[in-house]
Amino acid sequence: MDEVKPIESGFERRLLRLLGGPLLGLSEMMGKIVILVRQTLFWLRSAERGSVFEQIVAMGVNSLPVTTLTSLFTGMVLALQTGFSFRKVFNEPIYVGTVVGLSLTKELGPVLTAVVVAGRVGASIAAELGTMKVTEQIDALYTLGTNPIRYLAVPRFIACLISIPVLTLMADFIGVLGGLVIAVYRLGVPRTVYMNEIRQLGWKEGMHGIIKSMFFAAIIVVISCYKGFNCEGGAEGVGKATTSAVVISMVLILVLDYFLSAVLVSFGIG
Amino acid sequence: MIRMVDVYKSFGTHHVLRGCSLDVQDGETLTIIGGSGTGKSVTLKIMIGLLKPDRGQVFIDDKEISAMREDELAEVQKKFAYVFQMGALFDSLTVGENVAFGLRQLHKYDESKTKEVVSKTLSLVGLNGIEALKPSELSGGMRKRVAIARAVAMSPKYLFYDEPTTGLDPIMSDVINDLIVQLHEKLGTTGVAITHDMKSAYKISTRIAMLYDGRIVQVDTPDNIKNSQDPLVKQFITGSSQGPIQMKVKAY
Repeated sequence: MDEVKPIESGFERRLLRLLGGPLLGLSEMMGKIVILVRQTLFWLRSAERGSVFEQIVAMGVNSLPVTTLTSLFTGMVLALQTGFSFRKVFNEPIYVGTVVGLSLTKELGPVLTAVVVAGRVGASIAAELGTMKVTEQIDALYTLGTNPIRYLAVPRFIACLISIPVLTLMADFIGVLGGLVIAVYRLGVPRTVYMNEIRQLGWKEGMHGIIKSMFFAAIIVVISCYKGFNCEGGAEGVGKATTSAVVISMVLILVLDYFLSAVLVSFGIG
Repeated sequence: MIRMVDVYKSFGTHHVLRGCSLDVQDGETLTIIGGSGTGKSVTLKIMIGLLKPDRGQVFIDDKEISAMREDELAEVQKKFAYVFQMGALFDSLTVGENVAFGLRQLHKYDESKTKEVVSKTLSLVGLNGIEALKPSELSGGMRKRVAIARAVAMSPKYLFYDEPTTGLDPIMSDVINDLIVQLHEKLGTTGVAITHDMKSAYKISTRIAMLYDGRIVQVDTPDNIKNSQDPLVKQFITGSSQGPIQMKVKAY
């Protein structure tokens, strides 16, 4: 039987040339990320408490001022816009507490906290690990009997998974407080009305935000560690790794936010 | 004993090693010489399992390491210590913590024993009382000596030096050479060094191996290398631009 030879058209060749490299690069990146996650989970129990605590301070405690400020003003502007918009439609600023509470706990609290932490902590992780990579400090860890993932990635992973949900909870609280100040002193909403609306929020709304924040934390730490560990090319490489860690984390947070919200709502959480 | 058998390694389309074979005998100091970018550091990193060869085998004390699992390799790596070209000291730790790092992670010594070993090792490299300094406060020569101290503190069977004198002034280079010779005599470790500094190679080596085009072209004693009739070796050790080795200068 004659062998049938596939005919390769010029279009196919151009398409392969255009997509082949990026697709191979993407597959390689996905594979490396899966290996990094698997190894991080494997070493999870061997984490040193001291290192984890240090990272919680660096990531969580030191991020508190910026996340607090962000959520305070977000709560305030949310109350202001809601109040004025509803006053135009209904002649009075109604449902300010409900809108501020729901928006903050379900969306703005987790997303804004994660975006701010991605900028601050993600950049710091990628830059630190990237510098260690290009100055051969990661190789030095291997030669000193230390697995770099166990020593560097695991404490950051645990710290991020603890810090970001806690920061999100605090952001929710501060944002609601900011909304209260504007609602009461600027819009003239009675305090009891605002607080009653906030009290209507159930545990499901809170859990909706906290579950999402845990996924966002995992994205930030995994992408930043991956970019740091795979950094090449001196100072320029460290800069590129840092930028791409932040950009990829932020985009993934926003994209994943939609899908996580859809899944959680379909399960009746939030 | 370390044995590399017919090792190949490429990075993308760049073929670095093309059938490299080399034996390192116990107790000797073998220096690999060769031009920049010929794959000396890659050879060293393959020997200790930091890089995997594409083809070929690497034996450490008769155990083949290129196909080992990570935990098995970690056991074999306990026999090694590596002095990196730029030191690779951990910036966030002090000198004392850098030297103690391997002792704490690998040997699990208690604090008093660790401090004792750190102080002893630092005095061995002529740097007493600098435990509290940060690596950024040290000169190039001091960083190199701290890196050697960190490696020696591990009491390794095999000690690897990646360009031990690069970036140092001639006197400091000679100090480092003397230190390597002294450590070899005192501790009896097997050494593997890579360099293109011939003065250093002649001083520290029991044997010298020349790497060119991904293969070892000659392995011999320093005296025989000095008198080698191989045109590649001859050109390299005399540092002549005329000969079979043609350095490629990139045109921009």
